[in-house]
Amino acid sequence: MDLTFSAEERAFEQEVRDFIAANLTPEMKRATALTPSVFSDPDIGMAWQRALHKKGWGAPGWPVEYGGPDWTPAQRWIFESECARAGVPNVNVMGVKMVGPVIIGFGSPEQKNFYLPRILSGEDYWCQGYSEPGSGSDLASLKTRAARDGDDYIINGTKIWTTHAHHANRMFALVRTNETERQQDGISFLLIDMKTPGITTRPILTIGGDHEVNQVFFDDVRVPVANRVGEEGKGWTYGKYLLEFERGSGIASAKLRDALKTISELAESDATGRAIGDPDIAVRMSEIEVDIDALEMTELRVLSALQTGQNPGAVSSLLKLRVSEIRQAVTRLGVDVIGNDGLYVEPMRPLYRLNEAPGIPEELLPVVPEYLNGRAYTIFGGSSEIQRDIVAKMVLGL
Amino acid sequence: MDLNLSDEQRLLRESADRFVNETYTADHRRTIANDPIGFSMDIWKQFADLGWLALPIPEAHGGLGGGAIEIGILMEAFGRGLVSEPYLSTVVIGTSLISECGTEMQKQALLPKVADGSLILAFAHSERQARYDLVKVATTAKRTPDGWRIDGQKTTVLDGSAAAQIVVSARIDDGKIGLFMVPQGAAGLTSHDFPRLGSGRACNLELRDVQLPAEALLGDGSDALTAIEHAVDRAVAALGAEAVGIMQTLLDQTLEHTKFRKQFGRPLSANQVIRHRLADMAMQCDEARSMALRAALMADAEPVARSRAASGAKAKIGKCARFVAEQSVQLHGAMGVTEELDIGSYFKRLLAFEMLFGGSAHHYRRHAALGGRAVEA
Repeated sequence: MDLTFSAEERAFEQEVRDFIAANLTPEMKRATALTPSVFSDPDIGMAWQRALHKKGWGAPGWPVEYGGPDWTPAQRWIFESECARAGVPNVNVMGVKMVGPVIIGFGSPEQKNFYLPRILSGEDYWCQGYSEPGSGSDLASLKTRAARDGDDYIINGTKIWTTHAHHANRMFALVRTNETERQQDGISFLLIDMKTPGITTRPILTIGGDHEVNQVFFDDVRVPVANRVGEEGKGWTYGKYLLEFERGSGIASAKLRDALKTISELAESDATGRAIGDPDIAVRMSEIEVDIDALEMTELRVLSALQTGQNPGAVSSLLKLRVSEIRQAVTRLGVDVIGNDGLYVEPMRPLYRLNEAPGIPEELLPVVPEYLNGRAYTIFGGSSEIQRDIVAKMVLGL
Repeated sequence: MDLNLSDEQRLLRESADRFVNETYTADHRRTIANDPIGFSMDIWKQFADLGWLALPIPEAHGGLGGGAIEIGILMEAFGRGLVSEPYLSTVVIGTSLISECGTEMQKQALLPKVADGSLILAFAHSERQARYDLVKVATTAKRTPDGWRIDGQKTTVLDGSAAAQIVVSARIDDGKIGLFMVPQGAAGLTSHDFPRLGSGRACNLELRDVQLPAEALLGDGSDALTAIEHAVDRAVAALGAEAVGIMQTLLDQTLEHTKFRKQFGRPLSANQVIRHRLADMAMQCDEARSMALRAALMADAEPVARSRAASGAKAKIGKCARFVAEQSVQLHGAMGVTEELDIGSYFKRLLAFEMLFGGSAHHYRRHAALGGRAVEA
């Protein structure tokens, strides 16, 4: 066993660092630091995606024939770690990391030819139509109906928690094409052009004051049958394949470490009256750092198994649980670090383009919104209660 | 020993509950959220008519001579309604500081105006580098031929823009802390007003060469630290009661939601993990209630016992509040993380409770230090 990287891997690390130094502008970095929602707005996120694409790194997880860079798991680790350390924009994952792999795995040749290049280049911006008002954890009970009419489906219903629906030009959605005994068997996976008549989008403000999610309504929306991925009634299988990505997408420890570093720097600064002098803050910081060490080792163990072709097992639920809990602990620590200044509410967005200078140091502004919005980490992608059920069932065989 | 409410106290609770239920609707909160002062002057006048503003003021100064229990009864109802009127700043803290430090003339001049609703007060004490330590005051007050000159910066002054007079703490030449009545609009006073987490408003103040007459100093120039500590302990007891009202509301609403919301063909509340969570929330609400009551009962005890009761309550209720607030959001699912439900507003108000006058860790340390345990407060 060896925790150090090889000479080739070191050289790759340097290449990633050089790339970031040449392409990450101070504006992008500041905008990312001052974004309290999960993903960067498209003007920031897509600028980064274009730079990655130009370098041939637009889709690290894709097979090489579709434009992937053919990295080893260790290279992906290095890439993700360096990006997190540098504070690069959080590119919306719906395209590259979510619908992309489904199209690669289950799409027709026409769908692959049409959609994949547009995801890579950032020409298309995707959102995900899964949850519905009555179907959260119990996703298979979804009711949005797609009725067959010649070469089209006619869609009626509503989707909720649709991240960046107000920016997206395309949605991948799970819809009900059949009423079957087993709910899962009547679900299909559709690719929908957001400009189709009959689609309306309603913003939902988070408690942190951000507009990131939406409710989307479908009123007799015609979608060509050719936009269905794979077979009718198999959408649940494809959707679950993708949820595995959402739950476990592997490399979170580097981002958490960067988030903790941000809080640590605030605690060292005069902006917080040097909160680090408070022994409670210092001890909690170490507690979280050690939690991240443990998470990182787990991620590396999975990576090592993958590198030698082994199946890492049903760890994605375990990882999702820990990542969401640690992230919440970091945001919570942030709130305690900034103390009284947390009472300052800045309602304008984006925080990196305010008309007037704020009444508290700028770097304190995203701390409370991140804590508030961060309550969603243990809810979305399957709540922690559901994840524990999965661990009990799939890992422990109960 | 009797911890039951008296008839008068029960009447006070009933009228407070009724008033809050009728007045503080979701519509009212939305209107107030965009209000430049963050609360309603009409409602403030009604508070005066109901006698609530006179509650803790001695009878000799136009008050009702009530105590922390009565304040707690009101504050719990205020918590349920997310009331944003400046009751804490004016009636709890302002009145306490003036009563303890003020000369007889100052009390006569100020307290009846608080009681009749014509004077709103704010307390400007915290400074960014102090981190909740009440002793750390860097703002200075220098004697001048005509009175005083104040310089410094104050953060998170609750209701600072609505107040006609702001009680500003400052370090006098001799090292003692003095309290100064600074009128709104004084030359050299600049204010950065902002909406505050959990409703209402606050401001950051800069005082640059603010000239005040000699009588702006509350009292005779003896150190105001003990009066500040007492006022903050009273504020903590009052806020504890308010937090209990908020927590109870969150628990009630979460209970309703989990009984109503069905996933996998049955109500959420049918799942053991949810039932146990709700049971823990109920337990913590009840513990918080006990601690708020304890702090109120000891609000005028000798200083060490009083401060330990206040710090114990702030620490314990803070812990309970965090659990109840976070779990209420969790059990409401994604809807709990939006502005579409009231849950988020109650959640934010509890977070603000934790921030005000120091969080649980700070108060456990103060509790330990006052108890003679070797830690730094």
